[in-house]
Amino acid sequence: MEFKTTEIKERVLADNNEAAARTRERMRQSGTLLVNLMGSPGAGKTSVLLKLIERLGTQYRIGVMEADVDSDVDARTIAATGTRVIQIHTGGLCHMDADMVSRALASFGVEDLDLIFLENIGNLVCPAEFEIGADVRMMILSVPEGDDKPLKYPLMFSVSDVMLVNKIDTAPIFDFDFDAAVVRARSLNAQIVCVPVSAKSGRGFDEVVQFLRMRLDERRQMHENN
Amino acid sequence: MHELGIVFHIIKTIEDVAAEQNLTRVSKVVLEVGEVSAVIPEYLQDCWQWACRRSPLMNGSVLQNEIIPAVTYCESCGKTYETVKHAKVCPHCGSEQTYLLEGNGVQIREIEAE
Repeated sequence: MEFKTTEIKERVLADNNEAAARTRERMRQSGTLLVNLMGSPGAGKTSVLLKLIERLGTQYRIGVMEADVDSDVDARTIAATGTRVIQIHTGGLCHMDADMVSRALASFGVEDLDLIFLENIGNLVCPAEFEIGADVRMMILSVPEGDDKPLKYPLMFSVSDVMLVNKIDTAPIFDFDFDAAVVRARSLNAQIVCVPVSAKSGRGFDEVVQFLRMRLDERRQMHENN
Repeated sequence: MHELGIVFHIIKTIEDVAAEQNLTRVSKVVLEVGEVSAVIPEYLQDCWQWACRRSPLMNGSVLQNEIIPAVTYCESCGKTYETVKHAKVCPHCGSEQTYLLEGNGVQIREIEAE
C-alpha cells in the first residue's frame, strides 16, 4: 500500500464561508434582511424577538427560524404571535453552520419576507465561529451574566454588529456597569452598536427598531434599484 | 464544543479533494490549529475518532494537530509579541493599539492518502 502526501493548505471553514456568501446573495436578490440573533441561554433572545415582532410586525413581513439542539418551545412561543416560524434541530451541534441555514432558508421560502431572524443556539462561543451569511449580527448580553463577558468571550463581541444589553432594569441588583461593558466590547470592535434594553418593559427598543428600520429600508431600496 | 462541527467540515473538504484526485483511503491528516482558535485539540481528537468511523474514506485515519502560536502586532511601536502571555497590552511599549496577526485559524496543512 502506498500513501502519498497531498498538500491542502485550506482553511477549515472555507466551504462554510462559500455557503454564507451564497445566502448573502440570495437575501440581496429577494430584498430580505437576515438577522443572526445570538447570546447565552437565558439572555432573552426569544423575549427580544417577541418585542421586535410586536414593534415591526405590522409594517414588515417577518419570518423566524428557531435553532435548538432539541425541543420546539421557542418555536411555539413565536408561532403564538402568528409569525411564520420554522424549527431547526441541530442534532447535538452547538451552533448553526452556513449550510444548515441555507437549507433551512430553502424550505422556509424567503421571497415573500422582508425580515428573517435566525435565533441561534444559546451559546457565546460557537455561533461566533460560523459565519452564516447574515446581514446583521445581533448579540444579546444580559445583565446577570456580568459586564466582564467581552473579556471572556472576545470573538462573539468582535463579530457582532449590535450588542443589546438586556434586562437592564436589573443592573443595580447585579452591580452591572453598562459603560464598562461598552468600553470592553468597543476595544474589540470599535463599530459595535450598543443599546441597553429591557424586553420586559420595552426600554431601549425605539433605538433597536430604528436601527433595523434603517437597514430594512436600505435593503428595500437596493432591491428596487435592481 | 464546536469541535464536532469543525471535524465535519474537515471531512467534507477532504472528501472533495479525494473525489478530485481519485483517493480512496486517507491515513493521516495534518491540521494547523491556532493557539487562540477556540478549538480544543483533545476534543477534536474525540470527535475525530467518532466521525471517521462513519466515513469509508476516513476510517482509521490519524489526526495530527500542529499548534500555531498566536502573535499580536503593536501598531504603536511596530513590534510583535506572544498573545497568550500579554493579551491586548503591548509588553514593549504598553500600548493597547494592537491586533492579532496569526494564531486564530484552523487550516488543513496536508493529508496522506492512497
